[in-house]
Amino acid sequence: MRFGRTLRAAALVTATAAIALTSGAALAQKKYDTGASDTEIKIGNIMPYSGPASAYGIIGKTEEAYFRMINDKGGINGRKINFVTYDDAYSPPKAVEQVRKLVESDEVLAVFNPLGTPSNSAIQKYLNAKKIPQLFVATGATKWNDPKNFPWTIGWQPSYQSEAQIYAKWLMKEKPDAKVAILYQNDDFGKDYLKGTKDGLGAKASSMIVMEESYEVSEPSVDGHIVKIKAANPDVLLIYATPKFAAQTIKKTAELTWKPLQILTNVSISVGSVMKPAGFDAAQGVLSAAYAKDSTDPQWANDPGMKKWNEFVDKYMPGADKTDTAMVYGYGAASTLAKVLEMCGDDLTRANLMKQAASLKDFAPDTLLPGVKINTGPTDFAPISQLQMQRFKGEKWELFGEIISGDVASE
Amino acid sequence: MSAAEEVVAEGHQAVEAVPKRAMTLGTGTSLLVLAVLLLVPVFVKNFIIFQMTMLLIYGLAVLALNILTGGSGQFSLGQSAFYAVGAYTSAVLMEYFNVNYALTIPVSAAVCFGFGYLFGKPALRLSGVYLALATFALATAMPQLLKLNFLEHWTGGVQGLVVTKPDAPFGLPMSQDMWLYYFTLIVTVAIYVFSVNLLRSRSGRAFMAIRDNEIAASSMGVNVALYKTLAFGVSAGITGVAGSLGAIAVQFVAPDSYTITLAISLFLGMVVGGVGWLPGSFVGAAFIIFVPNMAESISKGLSGAVFGVLLFLVIYLVPHGARQIAILGQQFAGKLRRN
Repeated sequence: MRFGRTLRAAALVTATAAIALTSGAALAQKKYDTGASDTEIKIGNIMPYSGPASAYGIIGKTEEAYFRMINDKGGINGRKINFVTYDDAYSPPKAVEQVRKLVESDEVLAVFNPLGTPSNSAIQKYLNAKKIPQLFVATGATKWNDPKNFPWTIGWQPSYQSEAQIYAKWLMKEKPDAKVAILYQNDDFGKDYLKGTKDGLGAKASSMIVMEESYEVSEPSVDGHIVKIKAANPDVLLIYATPKFAAQTIKKTAELTWKPLQILTNVSISVGSVMKPAGFDAAQGVLSAAYAKDSTDPQWANDPGMKKWNEFVDKYMPGADKTDTAMVYGYGAASTLAKVLEMCGDDLTRANLMKQAASLKDFAPDTLLPGVKINTGPTDFAPISQLQMQRFKGEKWELFGEIISGDVASE
Repeated sequence: MSAAEEVVAEGHQAVEAVPKRAMTLGTGTSLLVLAVLLLVPVFVKNFIIFQMTMLLIYGLAVLALNILTGGSGQFSLGQSAFYAVGAYTSAVLMEYFNVNYALTIPVSAAVCFGFGYLFGKPALRLSGVYLALATFALATAMPQLLKLNFLEHWTGGVQGLVVTKPDAPFGLPMSQDMWLYYFTLIVTVAIYVFSVNLLRSRSGRAFMAIRDNEIAASSMGVNVALYKTLAFGVSAGITGVAGSLGAIAVQFVAPDSYTITLAISLFLGMVVGGVGWLPGSFVGAAFIIFVPNMAESISKGLSGAVFGVLLFLVIYLVPHGARQIAILGQQFAGKLRRN
């Protein structure tokens, strides 16, 4: 009896030791933080599905559909993506509430692609204090590229300031004696562009810029501003306006039979929602810069990347409006996250996720322009920083020149 | 019909007269609620504590509106503006002048009281829907005012200001969230007791006299202009305190946080909680915090529509809000006791 008990105890000890050993070995291979397991990776997101910016909600829906596609194909390294997305109504207090819910109640591994500068500003300190990745934020403000102070926050799209600098550099080279007028939206978006342009022109800014005219997003039309700008007689017009106002500007200059060189922000380059309403005749010769393909541009009809995008939309978002650039955006951002998760392998800790997000090398999602690649590094938290100049001709954009890089470090 | 008569007629349609005893809860019930509020945070997650903090904060803001509308019979859709002023006062004092967070709250209350009192002066000439419109204009203007260039140095413009969250004092072993909750609870209880006593005092009776019949009130010697502006001032002051606490809890202020949507939510909270019933303010706050989340979990694309349907149901089934449910409950309890 006594012997039996000893034997049993010995067996138990051996078994425990064996379990400890094997699980130890397993731990060395697979590492998880909250939100990741052998079968699932939980990713959180906030989007304005309601409220003033609800038009962007389609980005969240696209990402949800994208991860559904990934899961149908077996997931990433055998794990399914559980994409939890909440509505923040573009309100910072609501964003904080929803992100805290994601982190503390749903226990997600990371927060991915939260939209809007105010919402992201509101959650940045919280997420960094908790050491939770704030991955690929959906805003063009410059401040997200700040790995020293905010090592858990990383941007995605090119910043407005770097884009404006590209235009400034181009002007200095091609039209050094230009008289420049700037039309901008009176908010952070417009002001970022204004700052970028002035920084890019440097010492020549005061002599080259003859007029800065701002409009409020609540105004019904910018026609009056255009007439005013024309009176100052500039030969270059920089249009830092959202789609509706950009279309009005291009149309109005044509009506005034005024032909300055027009440069348009990347935000408003949609053929379907800007160039067509403005009138193709009026839009000839307008310049801009781009990093992604335009779903309404016929030149990408046979592009393999856009074919994949089209198949995705047809299968997972039937009935969606394909002219919406937000769907191209969401696809690109989601595929970047998928790539990073793939690179993480079995080490799904938050630290490794951040490390992999900061070690993307020449990654090219299907929807980015040929040649534009995503590169990040320990000191470079601005994934897309390349753009290419383009000119509107006929009914589409024609790319020209080289791919230009315009990294701007955060102050 | 003279302007004064119009006021009387409108006052009767819009705000139902609530006797002052019916405006509060009994002592026993109040203590029970307080005990629950004190104990729950010990057992729940930080996120729930945060939500409860927000509940108290929005409850305070709704309470402030309730004093104004339920007490003195004046409408306001501009509460978000006072809330914003309170929030920015705290944020600027804390971040630029390193003032202790607790000290910023009386400052906010004073600033907002002054702001509300001054706004109440010209608003005296307006009543009913016109007053609602004037305050509405204030709410729409506020986010843009906060973005003004010459204020940008202080307000941070569209980028907003990040606020540091306070730690628990005296080395108390609690998380920041829990400490902030108890801090908010202390402030809330203090303001609640103040409000109840205010409405029971001479001033409170003057408010209600004005609400019920302005001409009768003035013929009884109530200084209508003074008490109307005073009601605006008190309401704005309390809203400012709520704004301060909100800024500290959310750790961020930006113009987009204080849009007209917030003002309408607070108004909604008041109606759902029961106009003129002070405890209902917190029920109303719970409605505006939790029901949108529920609506979202039912349908993401149609969350607004689902919320609308739920709101419609509440208005249709219990037009007097939470107060009606409380009264029904009381009657039911009375019956049980008799049996």
